[in-house]
Amino acid sequence: MSSATPPPQPDTTGNLLRSLDYSVLQQCMHCGMCLPTCPTYVETGRERHSPRGRIALMRAIADGELEVNADFGEEMYYCLGCLACTTACPAGVDYPNLFETARAEIERKGVLDTRKRRTVRWFALRLIFTRPRLLRALGRLLWLWQASGLQSLSRRTGLTRLLPGQLADLEPQTPRIQRHFSDALINPVERPAGPTRHRVALLTGCVQDLAFSDVNRATVEVLLANGCEVITPRAQACCGSLHAHNGDTATARELARRQIDAIDPDSVDAIISNAGGCGSHLRHYDHLLADDPVYAARAVTWSRKLRDIHEWLAEIGFRRPAAPADSPASEPQRVTYHESCHLCHGQKVSRQPREILRALPGVELRECAEATWCCGSAGIYNITQPETAAWLQTRKIGHVQATGASVVATANPGCHLQLENGLKRATPAGSATPSVVHPIVLLAQAYAAEAKATGRASK
Amino acid sequence: MNSPSSQPAGRPTLPELFLRDLRAAFPESAVLTRHEDLIPYGFDGTAALRQLPGAVVFPRDAAGVAAVLRLARTHRVPVVSRGSGTGLSGGSIPVPGCVVLCLGDMNRILELDTKNLTLLAEPGVITQKIYDTADAAGLFYPPDPGSMKISTIGGNVSENAGGLRGLKYGVTRNYVMGLEVVLADGSTVWLGNKCVKDVAGYNLRDLFIGSEGTLGVITKVLLRLLPKPAARQTLLATYASMDAAAETVSAIIAAKIIPCTLEFLDQRTLRCVEAFAKVGLPTEAEALLLIETDGHPAAVADEAERIEQICRAQSALAVRRAASADEATRLATARRSAFSALARLRPTTILEDATVPRSELAKMIRFINETAARHQVEVATFGHFGDGNLHPTFLTDERNQEEMHRVEAAMKEIFDYALSLGGTLTGEHGVGLAKKAFLPRQLGDPTLELLRAIKRTLDPDGLLNPGKIFD
Repeated sequence: MSSATPPPQPDTTGNLLRSLDYSVLQQCMHCGMCLPTCPTYVETGRERHSPRGRIALMRAIADGELEVNADFGEEMYYCLGCLACTTACPAGVDYPNLFETARAEIERKGVLDTRKRRTVRWFALRLIFTRPRLLRALGRLLWLWQASGLQSLSRRTGLTRLLPGQLADLEPQTPRIQRHFSDALINPVERPAGPTRHRVALLTGCVQDLAFSDVNRATVEVLLANGCEVITPRAQACCGSLHAHNGDTATARELARRQIDAIDPDSVDAIISNAGGCGSHLRHYDHLLADDPVYAARAVTWSRKLRDIHEWLAEIGFRRPAAPADSPASEPQRVTYHESCHLCHGQKVSRQPREILRALPGVELRECAEATWCCGSAGIYNITQPETAAWLQTRKIGHVQATGASVVATANPGCHLQLENGLKRATPAGSATPSVVHPIVLLAQAYAAEAKATGRASK
Repeated sequence: MNSPSSQPAGRPTLPELFLRDLRAAFPESAVLTRHEDLIPYGFDGTAALRQLPGAVVFPRDAAGVAAVLRLARTHRVPVVSRGSGTGLSGGSIPVPGCVVLCLGDMNRILELDTKNLTLLAEPGVITQKIYDTADAAGLFYPPDPGSMKISTIGGNVSENAGGLRGLKYGVTRNYVMGLEVVLADGSTVWLGNKCVKDVAGYNLRDLFIGSEGTLGVITKVLLRLLPKPAARQTLLATYASMDAAAETVSAIIAAKIIPCTLEFLDQRTLRCVEAFAKVGLPTEAEALLLIETDGHPAAVADEAERIEQICRAQSALAVRRAASADEATRLATARRSAFSALARLRPTTILEDATVPRSELAKMIRFINETAARHQVEVATFGHFGDGNLHPTFLTDERNQEEMHRVEAAMKEIFDYALSLGGTLTGEHGVGLAKKAFLPRQLGDPTLELLRAIKRTLDPDGLLNPGKIFD
């Protein structure tokens, strides 16, 4: 359905919701199947905060019954954009399209505009997340602050409490920056020891690159172990998902073009993403650039070849790591899996990460309740809507703790941080805090353990 | 069908004094009056019907409901009660200048009585939660309307909702033992109790079941539960023709087997459901039967075996058994999505509910297809074959006036034919707005006048969901 829908035109003067193909709005037949899966509806019990309620408001705007106003703007930013409704929707409503169009219209009209909001948006969307080198420089500064001990010193001395209200709340959530970013850990081209079966390009992301470059390295290891040659372009830019989700479609398009410039989709078998939120957006470059005379065709190929890492491994039939023969039989490690919204709802990749976790020797996968529910991170939602984000975080942590798992596997940097922070706060003193790990890191560790055992055995 | 108003709904206003009193009686978060808040309450699950309410109020208990009804009476404001708004006949669609009384915040299960096998719930409890609560205690609440994941028990009772298990277990009515109802004057009555036998006075409880909010507002529901069946088995049978599938149903019933579920999907429905649910339905088949038998393990095994033989004898292309309880649940869940999944094909999906005696099923299906072809409209049919409850679904576009006229003409013929076979306009969705134009034909004047007399007695000012079921 989305392919038949022309993408919205941000530069024309018309109302974006009005210029949207009306059938996209009509697709919602308001049966209500989405309601029980929508966190904001469950939180408030008010239709306006539900997917079908929001679509009704959009339709009212398209019909000229409602003006785009601050109330509508706030509603659309209260939506997590978790896309749980898209999994629940039997009618196949293209909610991502509606959601992004509505937010773009809100920004075009400027109904939420304040000086502070404008500054923050400019700084984040237009400055930092469009300039990979600047972002990495900032990441380096943050690393210095953390590695030098200044951060913990200022936390201990209460200096961070002097930050203005919201910043003080956010400070403890700052991600721990890695000493080495992806480019230092990954060569531009890496080839498997054995025969090359596939040639893939790896997307290193932006936040992922600063805070989780180890995940990127693990992804390379796992790809190599499965016969993939890995091409990793240097200094990659943000994929633009942050921009598209926040109503800045023009910048999102520009960033998509830059990605396609960096990786020629024709030159590889697959383009690999390992972050749920990015992958969900990266898959839709075809839609985003459908009107671009230069890029449209390549964008179609791009979308066709874009794979989440778990999906790709399942598709090529990944090798199951063997249990090290000399390891003593011990209690299995209990792992639970939290599904990133944009991996399970946005990309419908849900079975494959579990296949990988189940393939790990000595691991017992324990399902947690509401695994497909948003953890409250939702991009920058935990910054813009701290109350609902905290409610979701608490709900999520409760379910995770109920599994008794010592490891929570999740495949998105936002979820990773949200879970880590939540677990840190919720674990009583003296108990071990469950660790949060990307499933691919666990797989890479299993391959490494296997190789080590084989190495020992052959000596 | 009542001519649907897809016109932009006007902004009806409520008396200022009514709103003032309402705001004084309820917390701020329980009274909605802003345009943005009201728009999403202007519709339910019914296609092509919309009307903006004047306000929405969320009481937390029977006293709150009574307060709303008293204020409404004082200020002569119509009241439309509503649960999750998943109805399919427009029962909870606002009337101009009304207040919507939403019972969603009254959502507690008050008691699970395992000695008497009853459950007492507030009206806003989600049907699925009732099922789950009973299930966790080894008990069973059978009615399972398609929207059970979000529909409320109050709404189910008000519309006397059915579901996939109607054939063996009946509908919501068969599980209601008692009701607390707030009447139009704000007084509260309790009808029924936990006794299996009770003949004290008129059976007024049943009067309120399926009354679509026109006689009072249900504020508590006492439900009967059953022991959970020890075993169940789901079968899928595919056919090259709808007739063969219909013949199988007759043969199963003739063999004195009453399965728990006997569902039918035509190819169009099958394909839409599979596109959404991806449960491996055979999309090449012309027709599919989803059959479930439940009960004692030995009886289930025996029935499943006999059903399979009957299917094969009726030239089923293939018969497959669900391998696990999980797969059975996935299949039933997929079936429940049929109506919504059909929305993939055309912008507007109008679901009908014509029901005929089971012996007339094959005739009815043939007529539906002939009529659709004659009027050049698209129809997909699925439904509860076992109890004669069909869901011919028109796939159309409400913005195409000319096509909508053809749909209405076809629909009218289908209703007339169902009635001529001794059937009913609606098996489980209710009359609401969508079917009220056809009701006089089914009931006849004396019966309709009796309905009116009851309505006048219980709602003398005509403020409870006025204009629904009949004018």
